[in-house]
Amino acid sequence: MGIRERLSGNEASATAMKQINPDVVAAFPITPSTEIPQYFSTFVSNGTVDTEFVAVESEHSAMSACIGAEAAGARAMTATSSNGLSLMWEMIYIASSLRLPIVMSLVNRAVSGPLNIHNDHSDAMGARDSGWIQLFSENNQEAYDNLIMAHRIAEHKDVLLPLMVCQDGFITSHSIENIELIEDEKVKEFVGKYNPEHYLLDDKNPIAVGPLDLQGYLFEHKKQQSEAMKNAKKVILEVAKDFEKMTGRKYEFFEKYKLDDADIAIVCMNSTAGTTKYTIDKLREKGIKAGLLKVRVYRPFPAEEIAEALKNLKAIAVLDKADSLNAAGGALYEDVVSGLYNAKATVPVVNYIYGIGGRDTKSDDIEKVYNDLQEIMKKGTVENPYRYLGVRGDK
Amino acid sequence: MDNMIEIRWHGRGGQGAKTASLLLADAAFNTGKYIQGFPEYGPERMGAPITAYNRISTSPITIHSNIYEPDYVVVVDDSLLETVDVTSGLKETGSIVINTTKDNDEIKRLLNGYSGSIYKIDARKISIDTLGKYFPNTPMLASIVKVSNIMSDEEFLADMMGSFKHKFAKKPEVIEGNMKALELALKQVEKI
Repeated sequence: MGIRERLSGNEASATAMKQINPDVVAAFPITPSTEIPQYFSTFVSNGTVDTEFVAVESEHSAMSACIGAEAAGARAMTATSSNGLSLMWEMIYIASSLRLPIVMSLVNRAVSGPLNIHNDHSDAMGARDSGWIQLFSENNQEAYDNLIMAHRIAEHKDVLLPLMVCQDGFITSHSIENIELIEDEKVKEFVGKYNPEHYLLDDKNPIAVGPLDLQGYLFEHKKQQSEAMKNAKKVILEVAKDFEKMTGRKYEFFEKYKLDDADIAIVCMNSTAGTTKYTIDKLREKGIKAGLLKVRVYRPFPAEEIAEALKNLKAIAVLDKADSLNAAGGALYEDVVSGLYNAKATVPVVNYIYGIGGRDTKSDDIEKVYNDLQEIMKKGTVENPYRYLGVRGDK
Repeated sequence: MDNMIEIRWHGRGGQGAKTASLLLADAAFNTGKYIQGFPEYGPERMGAPITAYNRISTSPITIHSNIYEPDYVVVVDDSLLETVDVTSGLKETGSIVINTTKDNDEIKRLLNGYSGSIYKIDARKISIDTLGKYFPNTPMLASIVKVSNIMSDEEFLADMMGSFKHKFAKKPEVIEGNMKALELALKQVEKI
């Protein structure tokens, strides 16, 4: 039996890090993830963990320090948001291409500008092609559970990729909610010791890290990263099975909520999935067969599995909390539609850009999407698939 | 979800409305409930109007939006009655609790004909009398517990004693005053 607690999403993430007790944490504070390194530095000062905490002067340096630590053979973690991730940009690609399984807690916030501290997914979506595994979390519990599973996935010898656990800034990071924690010793046993095969401080087997990689090899190395991302799919499920044995909490690539008998469904990520569940329960009472597919694993993208789960629906709405500004549609929408196309599914799919810069997403907004889906279901086609939800001045 | 209670707090930055909402979440959690406690973050400065929220339920809470149709509203600073639409969306079957010394007609006028139950309490006097300083959040916390009947007075006081012992471990001299503030507020909050 776990430990009944109430924690904010940031407290839950810091607690997971405390239980993981990594060798190195390097971080620079930025709203709304500031509390994670703040709480963690308290654990360091109190001697609750024996982590080397590196209080760097920027996020670029935070990621650089994590890269140095991982390359040396240590287990490293960090936390950031928004422009903090932007400033890491150069280094996040280096982390993934050097195959360093760093784990990051990303508390999602709109990327400037204009300046905004609130939630959307523009930070994570910008990093979707950087070679990091991306797990999304509906609430504090999932942010915690995903972090506990993170190192087992990232450090697996068939994977060796960095991993970020995303949660919604303020909406879950600063909301106190019930949570079930796992006992310290169980987490320790589950996460295990980090035993890298190749590392810089192994003086018996000297290696070079990050040398020049030109036309003759870089392509092959990128192909290896791609293979690692494919391998991650299998490992993510294996780790989730072990996690379920320990906690009883079941995780897959995505969660289906009342989807199997649904006519219409929403696909979305993070906290909006909770609001969608609430709305579905209300609609089901009225006899409307509404369902949800909540994406947990966004990178690697489980395209075939999602298509299989969605292909028999009559209308689908994909909600993107980041606009790709491409005059075509959001990133999650395009990924879902590609998967459905390859599965030869003909179900109409509509896209909504929503919740940008912390615009609150109400259950009324979600209900409006389901109302639109009922119209689309009747017609059988979507005329304007790239839409906005909850914005003023929308024509 | 019918068993879910939704509460909205209106206060001014520095008065502890956010802390009060978190303490309420704590107290309800300790009686076995599912809870949410979260503030609405804006520009943070002393004196600016702030909003905080609570959801309390006997089953898991999945909704993650602000609260637009609360069962209860708590107003920590009555100067907000003139500038913020505090009864916006407040259910007619619900209640509003205001920290004020204004007379009843004035309060009713400021609430634009809200037809639900209205409660008032002089949290300033209680705070000054028991703590020697103006911390309205402690009496307001007790007031909303009383009005919403989330738990019994005894359960609430016992739980808060535990919280204060933890929170004020380094200055135990303030525990008694805070407990007294809670007890007085439980008795003095009155329906108008």
